[in-house]
Amino acid sequence: MCGIVGLFLKDPKLEPQLGALLTDMLITMTDRGPDSAGIAIYGRPEKGRAKLTVQSATPDADFAALTDDLGRAIAAKVTGVVKDTHMVLELPEDRLEAARHAMRDLRPGVKVMSAGEGIEIYKEVGLPKDVAARFEVARMSGTHGIGHTRMATESAVTTMGAHPFSTGSDQCLVHNGSLSNHNSVRRVLKQAGMTFETENDTEVAAAFISHKLQEGAKLGEAMEATLTDLDGFFTFVVGTKNGFGVVRDPIACKPAVMAETDQYVAFGSEYRAMVNLPGIDNARVWEPEPATVYFWER
Amino acid sequence: MQTFDLSAQGLRALNSTLHGLKGQTNQTAWEIINPKGAHAIAVGLDAPVDVTVRGSTGYYCAGMNKQATVRIKGSAGPGVAENMMSGTVIIDGDASQYAGATGRGGLLVIKGNASSRCGISMKGIDIVVHGNIGHMSAFMAQSGNLVVLGDAGDALGDSLYEARMFVRGSVKSLGADCVEKEMRPEHIAILADLLKRGEADHLAKPEEFKRYGSARKLYNFNIDNASSY
Repeated sequence: MCGIVGLFLKDPKLEPQLGALLTDMLITMTDRGPDSAGIAIYGRPEKGRAKLTVQSATPDADFAALTDDLGRAIAAKVTGVVKDTHMVLELPEDRLEAARHAMRDLRPGVKVMSAGEGIEIYKEVGLPKDVAARFEVARMSGTHGIGHTRMATESAVTTMGAHPFSTGSDQCLVHNGSLSNHNSVRRVLKQAGMTFETENDTEVAAAFISHKLQEGAKLGEAMEATLTDLDGFFTFVVGTKNGFGVVRDPIACKPAVMAETDQYVAFGSEYRAMVNLPGIDNARVWEPEPATVYFWER
Repeated sequence: MQTFDLSAQGLRALNSTLHGLKGQTNQTAWEIINPKGAHAIAVGLDAPVDVTVRGSTGYYCAGMNKQATVRIKGSAGPGVAENMMSGTVIIDGDASQYAGATGRGGLLVIKGNASSRCGISMKGIDIVVHGNIGHMSAFMAQSGNLVVLGDAGDALGDSLYEARMFVRGSVKSLGADCVEKEMRPEHIAILADLLKRGEADHLAKPEEFKRYGSARKLYNFNIDNASSY
């Protein structure tokens, strides 16, 4: 199963409520995915600044002196906010890649969840309501976000097996479905130099899109290519700095509902996820067509 | 009119109340408010009652319906009126995947569009869609009628048996063993009746439709037809 929710705000007045609205949508999708949950939330980028969101199984030890250690390593001012097992590090945008590198030596056990100007990814094992509460998602503001509730089929229930998977700077992907050729696609991508953290099928889809982008494809083209190269069932929602995209496989048995008003575009695996959004009764509600790439960007 | 607030009273209470209506009852008109996309609303009814759902529904609304008339004043999620036996289900908005799947009788009216697999494996139900239908509709359909005022998606009527399909608009592609057939006077009569009962006689005339049905080549496996499957 799995549940996906997404919300792209057109009306800046709703931005302070983004986290609260997404949390409500995410919890409604608990029936579809009680194993683990995750959320990618995009704030308004600050010029010249970037964010690195990291996760640790032992946050007290790993995060204690991290801003100082990282600041010394990349010779720049680093600030940080700890949220449960995650920490959001803020640093100069031009030091982001150096910071990613430095983290491997400074804290080998710490995982990078996301990197970019706007994105923060939080994900953990547990019920969606508990995961959202641990990271205080309901208090977050932002321009758009994507959430996922997982019912695992293809790999173990672990933090790193939860969605969203980051597919590059300010990019992420969530998935409802299962891929049947992920082992062979992973093998090809490994030969091309991509690295993998898990045995998860969705991570392969995320890496597939990243690799296409590295080869020079536009995001729309990369999503289009999933229709020919990935075999299996999927509804993918891909987040970018400016918005999000949706694509369903040609059979389209994994559900998807969209709603649009003057204030927002919303995505839900079921209509149920969207019933508490403002003005939903007058929204345009429809199902995205199979094998068709959709985009909403500001 | 009996009003039931689904968000306050809950799904179990709703369905057990409706299941308690057997045979003749004085409580023939029901209204369900605050459905909020919930699943399994008004499933398994077996009484000649009229149920109106004020809003959109989740999975399997009015599934296994017998005798009742269920009106959805919104859109319906996957599997609406699945395996309906008799009665009528009328949706003002759109219907998601496999609307009317395996239905054995009764009438399903969708005033908006239906998505993929509409009428899959239908066995006697009549379905009237005012808009379009998605791919793989009427797959393995055995009997009954599927009427589409708009367009049909890919692989219409794949591997079907004796169901009739009437499509007014374009058909993106026909499935294996599905062919266009001649519209004879008896088909015009059947279609005129379906359009009237499907609240669509003011929208379309029977003469504007094409009829599709089985070429009857794949009923039994024959090695000569292997490439057609």
